[in-house]
Amino acid sequence: MTAVSWAAYLLLGSGALLTLVRLALGPSLLDRVVATDTLLVIIAAGLAVHAALQRDPTVVPVLVVVSLLAFVGSVSVARYIGGMLIHSHLGTESPDAEPPAGETGESR
Amino acid sequence: MTGQAPGGGAAAVGHQLRHQLPLLLWLVLVWNLLWGTWSWANLLSGVVVALAVTLLLPLPPVVGGLTVRPLQVLAFAGAFLVDLVSSGAQVAWQTLRPRGIDRSAIIRVQLRTDSDLLLTIISEAVTLVPGSMVIDMDRENRTLAMHILHAEDEQDLERQRASVLTVEERVVRAFGSPDEVAALSAGASARDLGERRRTP
Amino acid sequence: MSGIDGVADGIAIVLVLLGALLCLTAGLGLVRFPDVLARMHAGTKPQVLGVLLIMVGGAIRLQGWSATWMLLLVAVFQMLTAPVSAHMISRVAYRRRHVRRDRLLVDELHTGERSDRVYRGDEPADAPPEEPGRALAESRREEQAEDGAG
Repeated sequence: MTAVSWAAYLLLGSGALLTLVRLALGPSLLDRVVATDTLLVIIAAGLAVHAALQRDPTVVPVLVVVSLLAFVGSVSVARYIGGMLIHSHLGTESPDAEPPAGETGESR
Repeated sequence: MTGQAPGGGAAAVGHQLRHQLPLLLWLVLVWNLLWGTWSWANLLSGVVVALAVTLLLPLPPVVGGLTVRPLQVLAFAGAFLVDLVSSGAQVAWQTLRPRGIDRSAIIRVQLRTDSDLLLTIISEAVTLVPGSMVIDMDRENRTLAMHILHAEDEQDLERQRASVLTVEERVVRAFGSPDEVAALSAGASARDLGERRRTP
Repeated sequence: MSGIDGVADGIAIVLVLLGALLCLTAGLGLVRFPDVLARMHAGTKPQVLGVLLIMVGGAIRLQGWSATWMLLLVAVFQMLTAPVSAHMISRVAYRRRHVRRDRLLVDELHTGERSDRVYRGDEPADAPPEEPGRALAESRREEQAEDGAG
């Protein structure tokens, strides 16, 4: 059982490290959002692995919270960036770029 | 479907309640699952919370209900799981193999259904299956713009289009009304004709 | 009894290890793939399957219904929410031209407008355009033409 838990944590840990690499490298905000999303889900997976291997159900509610947090976080950042997009189109940019009306409607 | 016919001035409220009933049931279910145990207290508090949520934070009603065909739903779920596992393995292999991926593609797929709910289910299913992801949807023309992770040539694109259409067919057969199923086959034959005309 | 338990435990452990492997591939793809859209494929998809596998493994190992129900709930939430966030991020990514067009076989969403090709990121860390020199020169020329006309 110790070998199994070592293997599982090794796999998950290296996955988390790789997402941290992407988080540090960027290059854009969206890459970082994707990396954070993945990192949170890998953390949730780690909690679930702990619960499964130790037969320890106390961390399961934390799991629910973490997995929902990942969704809320990435959606709110995506909406934030979408808002910046609308601003950049309505503001100084030339009006022929894209129809901004469709975007304001859709990115609610 | 399950709500009784409301009478008199309460008609509007009853109508609204009938539309909200699946949502209410789902909320109560989630509440009970979150508590983890089943008891009358949990059920009652769940009903209270669900009513509060639906009344305080109302959602726009979903137009058009679902007709659920259990057998077809099972077929859809099974095919979906097979898709999930097989393309999950494929994408995992593409990340692991030394040469990685070379080319992606963004394609448009013309769908045949015209129901918000069905289109939502279709795009969720398509996005969940690894290797394809819905970017945008043109609701009026019923086209789905999607990104494909790995596309070598035209053949891959055609295969992807065909697989999206199969997913659509499975979803409509599982949840669509008889009209929509009929529209499916009509659209399919029209599409086949178009294909044949285009590539003789 | 113990035989059945042993088999169930074995299945659960295999599922957990497979899920962990898929989480590793998610990280790998995130580092190796060329642009945001491809990284989203790597980040969100093997992850969904991996988390599902781990949840099933956990549900087998954990006795007691309450934990099982909660794990089921996590799995359902994951399957409902992952496509939504993936779709929102990918749409913003496409609109902000975070797409490496040189890595695309076809782009049928592309409208063909010239301004569509030109990079207009308003943030220093935005991804580079497909042909940086040419696109920037083109946008400069456009701006100059507009200035001259106006």
